[in-house]
Amino acid sequence: MNFKGRDIVSIKDFTKNEILHILDVAEKMVPIAAGKEKSELLHGYIMASLFFEPSTRTRLSFEAAMKRLGGNVIGFAQPGTTSIMKGESLADTIRTAESYCDVIVMRHPLEGSARMAAEFASVPIINGGDGAGRHPTQCLLDLFTIRKETGSIEGNKIALVGDLKYGRTVHSLAYALALFKARMVFIAPPELQMPSEVVNECRKMGAEPEIKHGIDDIEDIDVLYVTRIQKERFPDPEEYKKVAGSYRIDMETIKNAKDNLIIMHPLPRVDEIDPSIDATKHAAYFRQTFNGVPVRMALLALVLGVIK
Amino acid sequence: MKVLKVQPIKDGTVIDHITPGNALKVLKILGIEGKEGSIISIAMNVVGKRGKKDIVKIENRELKAKEVDKIALIAPNATINIIRNYEVVEKHRVSIPSQIIGIVKCPNPNCISNSNEPIESKFVVASKKPLKIKCYYCEREPNMEEIDSLII
Ligand SMILES: [Zn+2]
Repeated sequence: MNFKGRDIVSIKDFTKNEILHILDVAEKMVPIAAGKEKSELLHGYIMASLFFEPSTRTRLSFEAAMKRLGGNVIGFAQPGTTSIMKGESLADTIRTAESYCDVIVMRHPLEGSARMAAEFASVPIINGGDGAGRHPTQCLLDLFTIRKETGSIEGNKIALVGDLKYGRTVHSLAYALALFKARMVFIAPPELQMPSEVVNECRKMGAEPEIKHGIDDIEDIDVLYVTRIQKERFPDPEEYKKVAGSYRIDMETIKNAKDNLIIMHPLPRVDEIDPSIDATKHAAYFRQTFNGVPVRMALLALVLGVIK
Repeated sequence: MKVLKVQPIKDGTVIDHITPGNALKVLKILGIEGKEGSIISIAMNVVGKRGKKDIVKIENRELKAKEVDKIALIAPNATINIIRNYEVVEKHRVSIPSQIIGIVKCPNPNCISNSNEPIESKFVVASKKPLKIKCYYCEREPNMEEIDSLII
């Protein structure tokens, strides 16, 4: 498999085997990501980190990934200090940045921005989130976490909970899980349920997701993937409180859960998961955050052609 | 007495079976403004064997299949007839090209193709039957019933 020069724009650009290969390479990166082993694999390479929209987690983990592999990072964390404020087009910013680096990681508020950047750049583009669009590295780290925690992706029954309508990560995750033939349950209030296009796409791929409204019976669930329900989605703050409250995961929610249930969350969380869960073995969300580093290390090494 | 609504032409192209009411949009998509000098006749809402249709005739100009195919978006049943000396020498139905560039505006206001970037809108065909197209950039699929209003 040769990833050299490839762009990472959407999870849909990858086959199941390619995804598995990325996860395998990420697995080998774990000791380096944890600082237990040193590496100079990407020594002499420069990653440009272009964040047109702030994101602590994605940006920090990409920068950590590059530095853990001995590479260098240039870039900006928000457009405030750059020529974009003077009205420069994204296309021009990309053409400028690519002359200084070997790979570009970007986050931008407009959907499709990474796809466009890939048309202009001759260096690989890695999409760190494009508006409400795609966020493939989050999807890959979620898959990596599921596999690492449970041993496989396909054998599981995975519940996606919370805001499934607007949540950027859950649409591509649902697609990827369908690709792996995992069983899925979509649990959300009716107004925030998974869009029918996503459900239909999953069905077309042979998955038969269950649609539910409550988190009361989760006895047969292996992975609970929780997302944040945002206040802005509700015109009435009282209604928001009521809905968000009924999707909050606490000890009561998981009292009949499987012993090996894992709970994931893309973070940051607000109230979706009670802090009492943190100390249980079910809480996988901090390990999930860490997994962003080895997965992003794998992607950088692959697209730079240092690992095949 | 049979009255000819549109005169036959000696040489040129006849686009027949255009979805009724869409003849002007067809010309717009083809970039034909009338300044080119050819005689252009348009007939709208003509009653044919299979109901109403629009017809466009362009004299002394043979349109290539490729340039006409993009009208399949708004006139999927249209046929292209190339006329030489009053005879139809070539006839085929339009078929949608695999990429539709600069013709349809993406309905997603947050799509990069609707910003000030130096790019044209680009759609790829997601399904041929029923016809569905998808924005190359943001992957949004416009509602094909509203496609008329998205023609640039
Ligand atoms: Zn678009």
